[in-house]
Amino acid sequence: MPGLAHYLVLSALLFALGLFAVVTRRNAVTILMGIELMLNAANINLVAFNKFVAPGAMQGQIFALIVITLAACEAAVGLALVLAAYRTLETVYVDEINLMKW
Amino acid sequence: MSGEAIAFYLLAAVTLASAVVVVTTGNIVHAAAALVPSFLGVTGLYILLNAEFVAGIQVLIYAGAITVLILFAIMLTEGGTGLAGRQRNEQAAAGAAVAAAIAILLVAVAGRTTWTPEPGTLPSYTPGAIGQSFLRQNILVFEGTSIVLLVSLMGAIMIARREE
Repeated sequence: MPGLAHYLVLSALLFALGLFAVVTRRNAVTILMGIELMLNAANINLVAFNKFVAPGAMQGQIFALIVITLAACEAAVGLALVLAAYRTLETVYVDEINLMKW
Repeated sequence: MSGEAIAFYLLAAVTLASAVVVVTTGNIVHAAAALVPSFLGVTGLYILLNAEFVAGIQVLIYAGAITVLILFAIMLTEGGTGLAGRQRNEQAAAGAAVAAAIAILLVAVAGRTTWTPEPGTLPSYTPGAIGQSFLRQNILVFEGTSIVLLVSLMGAIMIARREE
């Protein structure tokens, strides 16, 4: 039966994959995908701790729900910023977005 | 091997394999599509962890809304697969080394730490317990999150709107 350590290892691997996408991708949209993977990894940890360490409290699941809500906010604002940057600078590659003022 | 272990390894394999596709493929539309099985694998893990309500919300928001939002953003910016341009910067080797180091560190810490479970059991019907908790102990968090959601969506509309 999978225990807490199994879930922690899985979420560590998922977090590392997300981090790899964030530091190596050039396209801002794929960087946001990496951030979503990292938030998912954190959520797996929260729910696993809720079940295996503090089963009496619901705080882990509550916190996971709040993280999901804030991830939706982050995706909406992040993608809006990508659209605004694309409209003025005509690129979505973050290494070409290097102007403080247009 | 029990059925739960088989389900765990299958879901973990689906999640990690599609996450590898998300981070490595050069086709950004394929990356966005591969997010869906990754999120659905995490949904299955939530069900294994007795978090049915979180699993439902995960399907609705992540697999449904955020993936579609990302596809919209791809189509509204370059409007293509991204195969024409270079998708990876010059730091691929360094980034892989850092990500591997952090993964090894986290796995080592997770293996060495012993967690002492607190007494108590999960409620048999977690959605009800979550609702009670959101409207009693955690009402301030609930209202604060709803204001953040409202403000950030209004901000997103303001930012993305074409200037007259």
